Amino acid sequence: MQTQLEKNRARQRARHPDFLRTALIVLVFALPIIGILYLYSLINGSLDSIQAFGFGFLVSSKWIPNPPNGGPPILGALPAIYGSVVTTTIALLFAIPISLGIALFQSDLAPRKLRLPSIFLVELLAAVPSVVYGLWGILFLVPFMSNSVDPWLLGSLGFLPIFSGYANGLGMLTAGVILAIMIIPYGSAVMREVVTAVPRAQREACIALGGTRWETMRMAVIPYASTGIIAAVVLAMGRAIGETMAVTMVIGNVARITPSLFLPAETIPSVIANEFTEVAGNGIYLAALFELGLILFAVAFIMNLIGRLLITRLAFHGKVASDA
Amino acid sequence: MTSSSIAGWQPTASVTIVGAGATFPQPLIQKWTVTYNQLYPQVTISYSGIGSGGGIQQITAKVVDFGASDAPLSNTQWAAAPGLVFFPETLGGVAVTYNLAAYGIPSTTVLHFTSSVIAQIYMGTILKWNDPQLVALNPNVTLPDAHITAVHRSDGSGTTFAFTNFLSVTDPNWAAQVGYATSVTWPVDTAPGAAGVGGKGNPGVAGAVANTNGAIGYVDLIYALSNNLGVGAVENAAGNFVQPNLQTILYAAQNATGTPNPKDLRLHIVNAAGPQSYPISTYTYILTYQDMSNDPNISLPMAQAMAHFFWWAVHDGQQYAPGLYYVPLPANVVSADEQLLLTLNYQGTPLLSSS
Repeated sequence: MQTQLEKNRARQRARHPDFLRTALIVLVFALPIIGILYLYSLINGSLDSIQAFGFGFLVSSKWIPNPPNGGPPILGALPAIYGSVVTTTIALLFAIPISLGIALFQSDLAPRKLRLPSIFLVELLAAVPSVVYGLWGILFLVPFMSNSVDPWLLGSLGFLPIFSGYANGLGMLTAGVILAIMIIPYGSAVMREVVTAVPRAQREACIALGGTRWETMRMAVIPYASTGIIAAVVLAMGRAIGETMAVTMVIGNVARITPSLFLPAETIPSVIANEFTEVAGNGIYLAALFELGLILFAVAFIMNLIGRLLITRLAFHGKVASDA
Repeated sequence: MTSSSIAGWQPTASVTIVGAGATFPQPLIQKWTVTYNQLYPQVTISYSGIGSGGGIQQITAKVVDFGASDAPLSNTQWAAAPGLVFFPETLGGVAVTYNLAAYGIPSTTVLHFTSSVIAQIYMGTILKWNDPQLVALNPNVTLPDAHITAVHRSDGSGTTFAFTNFLSVTDPNWAAQVGYATSVTWPVDTAPGAAGVGGKGNPGVAGAVANTNGAIGYVDLIYALSNNLGVGAVENAAGNFVQPNLQTILYAAQNATGTPNPKDLRLHIVNAAGPQSYPISTYTYILTYQDMSNDPNISLPMAQAMAHFFWWAVHDGQQYAPGLYYVPLPANVVSADEQLLLTLNYQGTPLLSSS
């Protein structure tokens, strides 16, 4: 039997022919097609490089676009991949605990009056354009790192290979710090949602057992929200690995693999941004930049996929919990 | 269809012309486009500084109406764009700049460099400011026991081309190991104990030098002056140490250019002869099709306006150069440019006539 609501809907549908529906369907199918075309053009653009360098592109650390003897370019992506992995890891090391702290503060600890302003302030960070972060990085963070943080690390932890060498502020550590600041709003926003979604009963049960506030968060809230927290980390990681402008401005842009976090390096997006204007008439060079883009696309795609899967699992959990 | 005479020329239709390329001449070209638009309101010219390589690529692909490049076209690049011609529109110098203020050496102190010392710094074999070779060149300055951070461009650039061209011409070691191009592989980046850093664009290099104690870098002259950085004196072919300024760059152009060949205006003026010539000087070029109808996007009125604009730029436009730290073209180059510009045509009909 049709309810009144369904009857109304049927009437509306009769009045508005399926124009909107058709348009939406077309749009929905257009998006994946654009995605496929985009992927195709990336693969197509990198064919020359894939043929010339093969698998060696991923493991070679030489980046010589214009050899002095006038020969063909010798190009390898390893320094860029390495730089991307290291800077993203540094960013996550800083961003995960801080984001989680912010999320827990906003969901469980903040006085009602502070909650909204603090959410607003953190999310404001997400609205700052990345070139502004880069500018702030080169004018403030780089001198601060080279004058204060780096000498202190050199003095106290200089025996570690990751804190060795000569620090001038432009390098992977500074890039990682700036990335951390940029991804914290994303990480904390998603984490806040999942932490807030933890059922009240879960918290109350722990408190009833005599748990302190800290124990409640540690033993009841975080484990329950863990899948969602991991999803937030993956999303933040996807953003960090693709960030271009701010990183380019502070990383020092040098194709080398070094354990020292003080030293300049490069990332996949920074190489593309730096070098694509000068690839005229150099087919393999251009193809190599396309291939870098393809690698980045693949990495970002896989990360997003993992994030999606984790979020789906969480949604399923949540449903079970609320039904129970 | 007759070719228009230059003096009394007026546009016949409203046209928009788009150019792109080198960032080095961008301030001057933008000054020209604005001034030209005030003189001829029907002609709107826009110019984007996307880099020399980008300029060459986009004019080759006929995406833009004219290109600009600091590095002259290589034979391969020229062969890839049949019918493309180019002419110098201004020239400038590349300054060797440094930041030693933290060590009590203000930017007004002029340090002396030879090409060999610069090459060794960028090869990562001279690592400290108190290296005996640097001390010997600068006996009156107390150079600190501080690391040298060698800043270079991370993006391809005509500035890099001029700088590495100078090092290649003067230092056989550099020519063999690094060579010259709009982007090269810098040995200092991977040399043990050395600190090489790449900055994006002239502002990126100037910014890195300004914010790093003990940094050295190379930028177009105006960026060193506007950032209040030290500007070094570089040893020229005559053995004198010369600082870049409008006069010493012009000396280099006058001494090195000879009689330019309008059919091939690639002019190398690094390491020019003459006692007062600044050795790291470079022309910068505008690229256009000799028969502008080669590019199907260019109509006859556009071609006429563009040819007239080029003529205006190498004559009247030159007066705006010194204010922006560019050097007006020497007379022999202007006349070579004139000969080239007079061959610009549209389907065979010349666009300019000297009458």
